Amino acid sequence: MKKLLITLFALLPSLVLAAGPSIPLDKADYDLTDKASLQNGAKLFMNYCFGCHATGYQRYERVANDLDIPNDIMMDNLVFTDQKIGDLMHNAMDKKEAAKWFGAAPPDLTLVARLRGADWLYTYLRSFYADPSRPFGVNNSVFPDVGMPHVLEELQGIPNAVFETEMVDGVEHKTLVSIEADGSGELSTDEYNQAVLDMVNFLVYAGEPMRVERERLGVFVLGFIFIFFIIAYLLKKEFWRDVHH
Amino acid sequence: MIKGLVTGVIDWVDARIPMSDTWNKHLAQYPTPINFNFWYFFGSLAMLVLVNQILTGIWLTMNYNPSAEGAFASIEYIMRDVEYGWLLRYMHSTGASFFFIVVYLHMFRGLIYGSYQKPRELIWVFGMLIFFVLMAEAFMGYLLPWGQMSFWGAQVIISLFGAIPIIGDDLTQWIRGDFVISGATLTRFFALHVVALPLVLVVLVFLHIVALHEVGSNNPEGIEIKKKKGTVPESELSPFKYHKQFSGKKDIVDAAPFFPYFVVKDVVGVAVFLFFFAAVIFYWPEGGGYFLEPPNFEPANGLKTPEHIAPVWYYTPFYAILRAIPDKLLGVIVFGSSVAILIFLPWIDRGKVRSIRYRSTLHKLNIVQFTICFIILGILGALPATPLYTIISQICSFGYFAFFVLLFIYSKNEKCKPVPERITK
Repeated sequence: MKKLLITLFALLPSLVLAAGPSIPLDKADYDLTDKASLQNGAKLFMNYCFGCHATGYQRYERVANDLDIPNDIMMDNLVFTDQKIGDLMHNAMDKKEAAKWFGAAPPDLTLVARLRGADWLYTYLRSFYADPSRPFGVNNSVFPDVGMPHVLEELQGIPNAVFETEMVDGVEHKTLVSIEADGSGELSTDEYNQAVLDMVNFLVYAGEPMRVERERLGVFVLGFIFIFFIIAYLLKKEFWRDVHH
Repeated sequence: MIKGLVTGVIDWVDARIPMSDTWNKHLAQYPTPINFNFWYFFGSLAMLVLVNQILTGIWLTMNYNPSAEGAFASIEYIMRDVEYGWLLRYMHSTGASFFFIVVYLHMFRGLIYGSYQKPRELIWVFGMLIFFVLMAEAFMGYLLPWGQMSFWGAQVIISLFGAIPIIGDDLTQWIRGDFVISGATLTRFFALHVVALPLVLVVLVFLHIVALHEVGSNNPEGIEIKKKKGTVPESELSPFKYHKQFSGKKDIVDAAPFFPYFVVKDVVGVAVFLFFFAAVIFYWPEGGGYFLEPPNFEPANGLKTPEHIAPVWYYTPFYAILRAIPDKLLGVIVFGSSVAILIFLPWIDRGKVRSIRYRSTLHKLNIVQFTICFIILGILGALPATPLYTIISQICSFGYFAFFVLLFIYSKNEKCKPVPERITK
């Protein structure tokens, strides 16, 4: 019975994953303790994404403090509205108008890393490819027919998709093999991947800003409970000498 | 001098309410079987989690906003702007899952050692009522974060009442307080979750323990530690002092007072439990997407149905039974029966031997198949339905109900092993 249970539990993740997305996701090797990466991510996010996507559950001050950005530098460089440092990070995008422009209002991204996962974000932002049939001239292999334009094009350049065509039962099947930038962007492929990773790192941070603190505190809590366990165990043994005699 | 003062205060109170007597009767002189094993930790642990839920719940309520417009944002306010709000919230959300882990193990203990059998039927009945109320409590609590899964999970479960003929539609509207799930549903669920159901839970837990202390604890051997008065030689009696309500009527053997012996023992269990509990809170609060489901990080949207609506893991065995039945009304009836049948266990099992240790091989196999079916149902209930999974769910649902039918049949004349007279012999 034990063996059966173990097999069942071992099977569980594969069963769950079987229901997941069909596109294989690249691993986002983010590091929440890397302040430089987080700061760069914040810079890129505020400049390229924030115009449309708010992070309205988070405050500027919290970001500044957690990322070691002095308040005045934060205000001068990363706050583009007339908001105060203690305000929630809302943008000026009108939701109703935005829905007309893009088909759907750009969602708030405070929790997007917890909703979609870091790997999904990392892959998604690197999966835009030129597709003249779409309104903004780009499509995305992770999120087909997405309403979002390729905002990071000036960094990546124009990404061209390489397709492989197969004849299956007399019907042509196109499968996307890879996406290659044409070199017109400011960054090389490696630099672009790193920039996206920094942004993903920032979004993972924004999804759960206390995570580093939580993991730091956990060590002490578990350590305390372990010592408490030893004392409790010795106490129990001492008392129970009366019972087992 | 101080000692005299303390005794004076105790005497003063005792002359007015039975403080010392209650302490002795239920703790310091309450006879408890000495052969309690690991399974016997889960009762006190369930109590610990209940206290955890109530305390963290009170503090969460201080900053939570029960409205469709503000609920989701107020959770993130707690997570970000309230000092240690994240800790309170994770303790509460993880606590909900651990409550069910602990309660399921506690129920399983009752099942294998026959703790529901005569004269402990009412303990089991109160326990099952606690389980039902706990399911309702968790269901209503799950709506409060007002995320996508909160909304759509509640939508699916409330719509089940719509399967009831004639009154179904009106009933679902009455529960929701609206034609769809809305702020009206949220406020009433909030009231029930934080006031009404916790009160009911606490009263039921009190009755569960009153019932337990009236008849005394069962144990892994499934035999009594209270023998007929005068049948046990002096040297074999339990050496401790017990309350006259117990020792006056019976000879007590193989026991120790609950306080301090089982208190210090339970504290060891508490430490082990807290280690796992804290490990999840600090390093795995989303529980792999089972304790906090990813779609719930998106605010409720009545116009956008999630790809796959999965109930939280602790409902999945029963949800799988619901989905296994192709007809909606019949599905709801079978689903309701699968939960309700548990309460009748003391009368379905007609056996006289309690513990699995002395019962027939057939009974052991029956419990094993029941457990396997329950676990498989739990896994399948969390996954999207496919034709193969539906067939497996149907087989396991059959196994689930077959447990009770078989038990009723064979327990009447079951061939059991001889039961020992004493725990220690």
